[in-house]
Amino acid sequence: MVKVTFVAHDGRRFPVEIASGMSAREAALFNDVPGIDGDCGGQCACATCHVHVDPSWIDRVGCLSDGSMEADLLQFAEGTTEESRLACQITLDDRLDGLVLHVPEQQY
Amino acid sequence: MTTQTIPQELDGAELARAVADIPLAEIDVARPSLFQSDKVGTFFERLRREDPVHYCAESAYGPYWSITRYNDIMAVDTNHKVYSSEAKLGGIAIQDMHSDQSNLELEMFIAMDQPKHDAQRKAVTPAVAPSNLLLLEPVIRERAGEILDSLPVGEEIDWVKSVSVELTTMTLATLFDFPWEERARLTRWSDVTTAIPGAGIVDSFEQRRDELIECAMYFKGLWEQRIDQPGGTDLISMMANSSATREMPFLEFLGNLLLLIVGGNDTTRNSISGGVLALNRHPDQYDKLRRDPALIGNMVPEIIRWQTPLTHMRRTALEDSEIGGKRIAKGDKVVMWYLSGNRDETVIDRPEEFIIDRKNPRQHLSFGYGIHRCMGNRLAELQLRIIWEEIQKRFHFVEVVGEPERLLSNLVRGITRLPVKLHAH
Repeated sequence: MVKVTFVAHDGRRFPVEIASGMSAREAALFNDVPGIDGDCGGQCACATCHVHVDPSWIDRVGCLSDGSMEADLLQFAEGTTEESRLACQITLDDRLDGLVLHVPEQQY
Repeated sequence: MTTQTIPQELDGAELARAVADIPLAEIDVARPSLFQSDKVGTFFERLRREDPVHYCAESAYGPYWSITRYNDIMAVDTNHKVYSSEAKLGGIAIQDMHSDQSNLELEMFIAMDQPKHDAQRKAVTPAVAPSNLLLLEPVIRERAGEILDSLPVGEEIDWVKSVSVELTTMTLATLFDFPWEERARLTRWSDVTTAIPGAGIVDSFEQRRDELIECAMYFKGLWEQRIDQPGGTDLISMMANSSATREMPFLEFLGNLLLLIVGGNDTTRNSISGGVLALNRHPDQYDKLRRDPALIGNMVPEIIRWQTPLTHMRRTALEDSEIGGKRIAKGDKVVMWYLSGNRDETVIDRPEEFIIDRKNPRQHLSFGYGIHRCMGNRLAELQLRIIWEEIQKRFHFVEVVGEPERLLSNLVRGITRLPVKLHAH
């Protein structure tokens, strides 16, 4: 199991656990974490599972790669930063045990 | 029997049998009359089952592929590097853009590929950003309340004209900061943009062109007032003051304006009407809503799926490719039928039914997916949520008392008239 903590816009913390190999989007939706919509079903097609990776974790998670579908979609989202990612594109494994993700105020 | 000769009066199982008798190769789902009579669903049902990626060799729009299943549509929509939206290749609807001599060669970012699409879309996106919408919510709610309070109870009225058109036009006027008394012009320009000449809205391509040029000139006036006045949060000020859009050539300026007008108008209007129709056809769901108005947030995306206000988007293949086992050649016209994908029983449980507490209600194709996904999706949902909250406060029953009339169009799934009677609590 991998532990992930989602931090809501108002500061509330949602610690959850999920099997290795699942995505951060699934970790949020399966545990009713508010603020992650994930309209497209996790196919990197809608940008409604936008999260900010905690700066202390961004090296391990990795930044967006230029020209990827994920980057193409996120450029239209509100309030993106260097640490912005789509949760459906973050696959959780032991290396990311303890990951902290910040949920934006709104999804597009 | 052919697609053309299906008798108007056929329905249900009889219609399905008649459709089953048409040779597959002769099925042409793009005929606007099939949408006006609302019979096209029976054709899509057969295609999804027997020929989900269907080639139609001859039609009024030339040869085209129909993509009818949810997952195939998703695959095309998210593959913008192979399936182009570029206007010069035909654009985004089955009817080619730039195809008619008397037509305008409009340019709009929905019908552009990267990188120009991205720059222009980014310039106008902030107007419909969630944070901007929060500012808009009380204004929309107040106006929705005023519209509903002015309606007569117990008399037959046309819901489309009295509510759906009024509410969307008001919102659009707010977004553009458009002169309030003149806002009916926005509705007219929206209708003219998508009109087929001779189908009741305009008589000819020339009339359409003249009215759209008038629209452009009107907006140019507003633009000139607002240019170099940074800080305006309306769409015109944003376009006039962004480096990506301020130097736009005339036809690009007009194209993007019309895109925002149609995008914010037709689609929401028809979803507002479609919701009333859906609840009347599913009385158990209407009861559920009365018992628990908190379901509105979940009902709204279900309305948008059920209505599917745009039936399709079209792409043009930039290279040879394969969809669902069929070979698509470079240059082929590929039509993603959202209306069909939203009824795909392999992805959506009981898709023909309107279920207001459906699980994952936002899993639908109405907004498209990928880089061209609807920019105003959260605004559309906001408008629908507010209007339903305000309707439920005031009326026990918005009763449909006659048959809806539908638009003759294979693109806009429009309801042109919906007679209703209002019942107070």
